[in-house]
Amino acid sequence: MSRGTLFDKVWDAHTVGVLPSGQTQLFIGLHLIHEVTSPQAFAMLKDRGLKVMFPERTIATVDHIIPTESRARPLLDDLAEEMMQALEQNCKAHNIRFYNVGSGKQGIVHVIAPELGLTQPGMTVACGDSHTSTHGAFGAIAFGIGTSQVRDVLASQTLALSKLKVRRVEVNGELPAGVYAKDVVLHIIRKLGVKGGVGYAYEYAGSTIERMSMEERMTLCNMSIEGGARCGYVNPDQVTFDYLKGREFAPQAAAWDEAVVWWQKIASDADAEYDDVVVFDAADIAPTVTWGITPGQGIGVGETVPTPDEMPAEERAIAQEAYEYMDLQPGQPLAGTKIDVCFIGSCTNGRISDLREAARVAKGRYVADGVKAFVVPGSEAVKQQAEAEGLDQIFVAAGFEWREPGCSMCLAMNPDKLVGRQISASSSNRNFKGRQGSASGRTLLMSPAMVVAAAVTGQVTDVRELL
Amino acid sequence: MTSEIKSVTGRGIPLVGNDIDTDRIIPARFLRCVTFDGLGAQAFADDRAQANGQHPFDLPAYQGAEVLVVNVNFGCGSSREHAPQALNKWGIRAVVGESFAEIFFGNCVAIGVPCVTADANTVQQLQAQISQNPGLPVQVDLDQMTVTCGDFVGAVTMPEGARQMMLSGTWDACGQLVAQAEQIQATAARLPYVNWAA
Repeated sequence: MSRGTLFDKVWDAHTVGVLPSGQTQLFIGLHLIHEVTSPQAFAMLKDRGLKVMFPERTIATVDHIIPTESRARPLLDDLAEEMMQALEQNCKAHNIRFYNVGSGKQGIVHVIAPELGLTQPGMTVACGDSHTSTHGAFGAIAFGIGTSQVRDVLASQTLALSKLKVRRVEVNGELPAGVYAKDVVLHIIRKLGVKGGVGYAYEYAGSTIERMSMEERMTLCNMSIEGGARCGYVNPDQVTFDYLKGREFAPQAAAWDEAVVWWQKIASDADAEYDDVVVFDAADIAPTVTWGITPGQGIGVGETVPTPDEMPAEERAIAQEAYEYMDLQPGQPLAGTKIDVCFIGSCTNGRISDLREAARVAKGRYVADGVKAFVVPGSEAVKQQAEAEGLDQIFVAAGFEWREPGCSMCLAMNPDKLVGRQISASSSNRNFKGRQGSASGRTLLMSPAMVVAAAVTGQVTDVRELL
Repeated sequence: MTSEIKSVTGRGIPLVGNDIDTDRIIPARFLRCVTFDGLGAQAFADDRAQANGQHPFDLPAYQGAEVLVVNVNFGCGSSREHAPQALNKWGIRAVVGESFAEIFFGNCVAIGVPCVTADANTVQQLQAQISQNPGLPVQVDLDQMTVTCGDFVGAVTMPEGARQMMLSGTWDACGQLVAQAEQIQATAARLPYVNWAA
């Protein structure tokens, strides 16, 4: 059993008590809601005559269904409009802060909360969205929940949970040029598997992680869930404090100094004990691309699609399903695979540093014939910053469409969708069958820079050749 | 609101395959709704369309089934409770599998659908038994921790906290949580960040 880790300390600090089932009642410091997984929770509250216990600890925005072209009301999709109205009414009725379209603060929930300084070290963070693990980048214990649990948090600011084990995932050394946080996490999932993290919180550590910016750490923690780990975190350090200082909801004045002291204490002790430790070498990580239908089916861009005899027996059935669905042959190189659609955005890779890196590759190049390419900033603030830096102009000049912020084609709940058998190069997080809006559409996950490389060449290309 | 769940008995439905994610259980376009009503008909919509009537959820033999039997890492991916809600509204009241994704498992518990785990051999034998005798009832016994189908009996497991919530009828935790209001306020008051924001 782990001892002295950040996870243990945050868990203990937030424990309200032990329930008769033996589960822990855990206080939730920050609750984030959006239009998809909250309306039923509010309806359940109403049915039971319950109030929101701590309305000031819930923050709302709209991201999943929002169109990235015209956001004029009423939304063209009647169902989306109904969801928007439900969120607006629920927030108003329960006195919950709501960052609506045009507020300057709307965006993907996992992009805006860090931006506003809402996500802080030592907190517990819950949201009805599995990519809540993103917030672990700050040294928070952050995890996705279902709608009944959204109800529980609204009603009591707590959840009934069983404690997780802690696995330290260490990555050491300098990342080679053209290799990004996205490649690190795709590599980790490839090695530990899509269910390797079930029952664990992942503590990311080591010199590679320490050198990462906050936005890189968010990319890393974001995809913990793709490795089965409900939450992943990085211990807070000076990089964390520098990012937070001065943000709207960060502690101010005297509280800031008090906060830094507490944040340093909440980090894992040097002699902390873990349930498991795995170590990776940054030098072994290449730009990584998924070839299959789970995020664990990734390979270095220079490698060939694995053959069944190269993989453990239990992975062969899903690999067979992937060869057929993706129309890829075992042993075939992935580089050179033709691409139809290129998507840059999502809670994984829709932040300003992602757009800067993508623009660096796009500059002076042009999207290949027959490829549709678009960039969706993660938030209104990211969009504004990118425009101030002229990144939008670089993208547009290179043939990319420049859109309004939202989740977009990561999960295609808005009008952005693949059509038929189209293949996308996507900076998002899931390559499941049908994920991007077409029941037969195909997704190759990669870093934003790799998506641009695919866009300008029309095929899967090692971005290192373009840097 | 809640009731004790000591066992679930109903006809079985095998769904073979590893890593079946919640996007497949309920594709995202069906999440454009403000209630869970009507999700039952949309369970596995895309997989069913591709299978041309041969998906287990469409086969006449399994209509009315209540115990779903799955393989490894079932319910991975998105945290959408719409997935267990869709299964439940289709008629599923218990799931037996080799393993489950964590958020899916928690969402099932929260709506009173027990998910129990068995080893690969047990699950595969159970799937075979059901497909050969689709009319036989399957019993998931949370007291004895067994699954029975005709002459087949296998051992199952479930984390103790979740099992106790089923047995004692406290799987809907909301009332229990709200009842601790005083302790909740005390915990909040001890957290330094709650005071910084004040």
